[in-house]
Amino acid sequence: MATKLWVFIEQFKGVIAPASLEALGAARTLGGGVTGLLFGQGVGDLAQSVIAHGADEVLVADDASLADFRVEAYAALLVKLAREHAPALLLAGATTAGRDLFGAAAVDLEAGCLADAVGVKLVGGVVQAVRPVYAGKLLADVTFASGGKPQLVTLRPRAFPKPEPDAGRTGTVTSVAPALAEDAIGVKVLDYVIEQGQVSLADAKIIVSGGRGVGGAEGFGPVRDLAQTLGGAMGASRAAVDAGWIPYAHQVGQTGKTVAPDLYIAAGISGSIQHQAGMRSSKVIVAVNKDPEAPIFKVARYGVVGDLFKILPALTAEFKKRLGK
Amino acid sequence: MNVVVCVKQTPDSAAKIAVENGQVTWDAGLVLNPWDEYAVEEAIRLKEKHGGKATALCLGPESAKEALKTCVAMGCDEAILIADPVLDGSDALATAYVLALAIQKVGAVDVALFGKQAIDGDTGLVPIAVARRLGWAPLTYTVQIAEIDAGAKTIKALRTLEQGKQVVTAKLPAVVGTVKEINEPRYPSFMGIRKAAKANIAVWKAADLGADAARVGTAGSAVRWPSIYPLPAREGAVELLDGSPEEAAAKLADKLIAEKVI
Ligand SMILES: Cc1cc2nc3c(=O)[nH]c(=O)nc-3n(C[C@H](O)[C@H](O)[C@H](O)COP(=O)(O)OP(=O)(O)OC[C@H]3O[C@@H](n4cnc5c(N)ncnc54)[C@H](O)[C@@H]3O)c2cc1C
Ligand SMILES: Nc1ncnc2c1ncn2[C@@H]1O[C@H](COP(=O)(O)O)[C@@H](O)[C@H]1O
Repeated sequence: MATKLWVFIEQFKGVIAPASLEALGAARTLGGGVTGLLFGQGVGDLAQSVIAHGADEVLVADDASLADFRVEAYAALLVKLAREHAPALLLAGATTAGRDLFGAAAVDLEAGCLADAVGVKLVGGVVQAVRPVYAGKLLADVTFASGGKPQLVTLRPRAFPKPEPDAGRTGTVTSVAPALAEDAIGVKVLDYVIEQGQVSLADAKIIVSGGRGVGGAEGFGPVRDLAQTLGGAMGASRAAVDAGWIPYAHQVGQTGKTVAPDLYIAAGISGSIQHQAGMRSSKVIVAVNKDPEAPIFKVARYGVVGDLFKILPALTAEFKKRLGK
Repeated sequence: MNVVVCVKQTPDSAAKIAVENGQVTWDAGLVLNPWDEYAVEEAIRLKEKHGGKATALCLGPESAKEALKTCVAMGCDEAILIADPVLDGSDALATAYVLALAIQKVGAVDVALFGKQAIDGDTGLVPIAVARRLGWAPLTYTVQIAEIDAGAKTIKALRTLEQGKQVVTAKLPAVVGTVKEINEPRYPSFMGIRKAAKANIAVWKAADLGADAARVGTAGSAVRWPSIYPLPAREGAVELLDGSPEEAAAKLADKLIAEKVI
């Protein structure tokens, strides 16, 4: 019998989280039957996309009580289904929802939960994963004690490639009922406060970040121009955030966001160990700094020594030309 | 309002971390986990606003008393260390099991506060797992406690998610996992430091909590860490691109296009 691999498909207002698609791709590489779990309200239409991205089967729970991700409702259903079907391995993106869901479900299932893997394989049915620890300063090999329990693993966003959808793939779609009635769910969602036009740093392919070297809030102008030209998001060091030049949501590092874009451009950032903790797994790092001794050059693939107020506008102009903007 | 704040002791975030013979070493002291400072601050603010008591709770070795003293110096009323060799090797879920028992033993707790994650293990699983064990409202990633109605025993909070902020209400007791934006942690006062120096930190053993030996320590943990090692060095030295800003920009554009990252 094929190993049962389950993937939690996280969606927000009908859009599937990129990390869930990456998890589907990862599941496919492990060999086995892949089941997507799609919970929400009015989400049935997404099942086809889940199949196209690698699932053989989708379990869809469609109910008003599941409209928002609420860990009580989602975990109760996940646990009920897992008890019925005994999957060997469950994967989710290591997002706020994925971590909460798997942490809660693991308690009920008396199973183990492994957070934030950047590599995963199955050896004789047992997960062997790699995850960053000590704020990304070290890596650990992690595994589960044997015991026939489901193994719950969350995958760091952008650590696994997103599969190309294949519209020709086929699979089955099965409806399942929610496990909890609305009045059994303690947390009520009143509202969302969403800032418009914000690119999620965790999902960004390109990030341009500014540090103390930008000298002030206006100094983020050239950083923003370059980020926009490249279609990327804007990041910052803690020094720039603490100075009040840019909101905390942009902070990259140990006490900010952990990011792994294809391209990370650090401008006016010295490259402290805490900043590196949040960005050193980026694919290509570019440093722009006037101090050739700055530690950021030790992790960068390319560097430009000079004044960011001259280099960044030159880069923006160059890319506008190349990208035909 | 009876508040508990769970804290861990971790290496200083500025420490150089290395691995020697499979053991993790660092070149600086141990500190209160930086994320937990926000939880401690929030605990103190809750008790200042609503009255009652703030108790700091830590599962760790004897040396972790220092982290608890920091909590007292900041303003916590009491501190409890759970220290027992049988708990060594507990993974996040086993740790949560023990902390949940300890929170029950403290008794009549309205809010249990947590940091976002511990900067050594970095799992971020303990707060949700404690909430699940206790069956309390799971308010992880809380960026603001907007309102607590101590009479009606309700809480309104803002949680920060990838998509934006979510406004939720729930009944107390609640587990509140904090994030950095929630407040600005205070520094310990001179009086606080004196109080902490004299503080009597209670030490609880697994048996005091009635913990099931099969659920704690290495034996009770499902997750194993067979090895830990440094990151592979980033290959090759940095390639510096020189010339005028325009020349450097053109060279860099060539490189990045060749790397297919643009
Ligand atoms: C517990 C803890 C957690 C932390 N968490 C984080 C975190 O999450 N993220 C984070 O970033 N930091 C974090 N830090 C702070 C970290 O230690 C550094 O203080 C911070 O990263 C420094 O920011 P910076 O590189 O912008 O500033 P600096 O170190 O001051 O560097 C500024 C750089 O800009 C360069 N520069 C100046 N002017 C120009 C110019 N015109 N053109 C080009 N270059 C120029 C300078 O040469 C210098 O290298 C944390 C610290 C602690 C103690
Ligand atoms: N050993 C511990 N003792 C007390 N609290 C802990 C312990 N480990 C983790 N915590 C709490 O749980 C949070 C998340 O930790 P973690 O899940 O280990 O990343 C921390 O910020 C602490 O508030």
